[in-house]
Amino acid sequence: MAKVLVVTSGKGGVGKTTSTAALGAALAKGGQNVCVVDFDVGLRNLDLVMGAERRVVYDLINVVQGDAKLAQALIKDKRCETLSLLPASQTRDKDNLTAEGVERVMGELREKFDWIICDSPAGIERGATLAMRHADVAVVVTNPEVSSVRDSDRIIGLLDSKTERAERGEEIQKHLLLTRYDPVRAERGDMLKVEDVLEILAIPLLGIIPESADVLRASNLGTPVTLSDATSAPAQAYMDAARRLNGEKIPMVIPDGRRSLFGKLFGRRAA
Amino acid sequence: MTSANPTSNPIRFRGRSFVALVLAPELPFGDWLERLDTLAERSAGFFLGRPIVLDVAGVAMTKADLAELIAELHKRNVRIMGIEGAKPSLLGLGLPPEMRGGRPAGDIEAPETPAPVETKPATDVASDAHDQPQAVQMTAAQSQPTPSLIIETPIRSGQSVVFPEGDVTVLGSVASGAEIVAGGSIHIYGTLRGRAIAGSIGNANARIFCQKLEAELVAIDGLYKTAEDMESQTRGRPVQFWLEGDALKTAAL
Repeated sequence: MAKVLVVTSGKGGVGKTTSTAALGAALAKGGQNVCVVDFDVGLRNLDLVMGAERRVVYDLINVVQGDAKLAQALIKDKRCETLSLLPASQTRDKDNLTAEGVERVMGELREKFDWIICDSPAGIERGATLAMRHADVAVVVTNPEVSSVRDSDRIIGLLDSKTERAERGEEIQKHLLLTRYDPVRAERGDMLKVEDVLEILAIPLLGIIPESADVLRASNLGTPVTLSDATSAPAQAYMDAARRLNGEKIPMVIPDGRRSLFGKLFGRRAA
Repeated sequence: MTSANPTSNPIRFRGRSFVALVLAPELPFGDWLERLDTLAERSAGFFLGRPIVLDVAGVAMTKADLAELIAELHKRNVRIMGIEGAKPSLLGLGLPPEMRGGRPAGDIEAPETPAPVETKPATDVASDAHDQPQAVQMTAAQSQPTPSLIIETPIRSGQSVVFPEGDVTVLGSVASGAEIVAGGSIHIYGTLRGRAIAGSIGNANARIFCQKLEAELVAIDGLYKTAEDMESQTRGRPVQFWLEGDALKTAAL
């Protein structure tokens, strides 16, 4: 049974595209057929993070408007054969997305893949609402700071009202993914603690991804962080999160910023 | 909205919700008035004294036609309180005012006046000894117990709960950027981070209760306090708000 997952947040720049790529790659490595879809028409980034920007011929808008078939637009990942990408257009904008077109594309994707991960644009307008419309599961990406939390709360409200599932009266499964978590700043009180965020948002926690230079490195290389360095802290956190999406119960590890002696001597964090 | 100021006596506009009966006349008016008369015979007294709104959207008529229609309705004891859907050129002083923003509230059936009982039931032994002609039923408006809205999920940012009919109870928190507008009191079994506006239709007895006060704004019957004006010792505590005269009072629960 295919599952459509939307990665959304409300606020921009919190890690939606990074998380879409990382979770997609982690699920695909586990053997499932995964397609990641970029809904950020006009400001596409998923193709960059996946390292496919030089192979884009047709995109989501072409398929929605009937100019190309889905198979022509899908880009297979070179590193993982069960992972595919449906990129967004860079020259058009969100007004070219139609509800019927998206519904048709989602239907076609459901027949081919086990997981369809939709990378939502920031905001609460048409692009975001179309990305979440057909979702069965939602991952709400939040940074542990006040404006991100309030925007995530808003998007949770929209998930409960603007999705097809909500309109049918069914429950849409929501998960919280806390990204860019810096334990030192949380301890100092500059950032919200995990309990504070959970108290405000009141949805189950999927994972805590620590702030790390590995994420930027991976996106510059054009690889999802779970494929580039599977031993780094964020990669491990994303792998655990993917396993939790599959239903496994794994104890949550809250990164605590402790570093080994080697790390203390040679790994000074730049201010 | 006015701030709590005991010296001045501000004039306050209050909101009130009524359910109006809407009649939609059809051309030709003569025929429609005849049908109205038939209805009036069947349901005597239904229109008596009740304010009626006339919906003339889509009906082609002149100012004179409209004035004549209203005069005819007056003869039948139908008092027009307002007109909906009229072109601005049709209205003016002397005619009922324009009504806008009405929301549908279901169809209303005119109750049938029961026919007076004429003969004594011969074989009925258990019934009343006297049989009286049944009087015309005048439906008296009964005062209803205050309805109450209970919400079991948290209120998310950007959501707005509007319930002018009575109290609102929330089993959960109210997020920053959300608001609750109630005609009665507001009870929050959780943290209030947004806005709570109680007594919105003019009820000075309404109160606001919450288990943890982090509110952005509270208001009762038009008098409001923002987070800045709330005493710091009440923040983060279980608290109730009520109105004493023109002052919005707070106390820890």
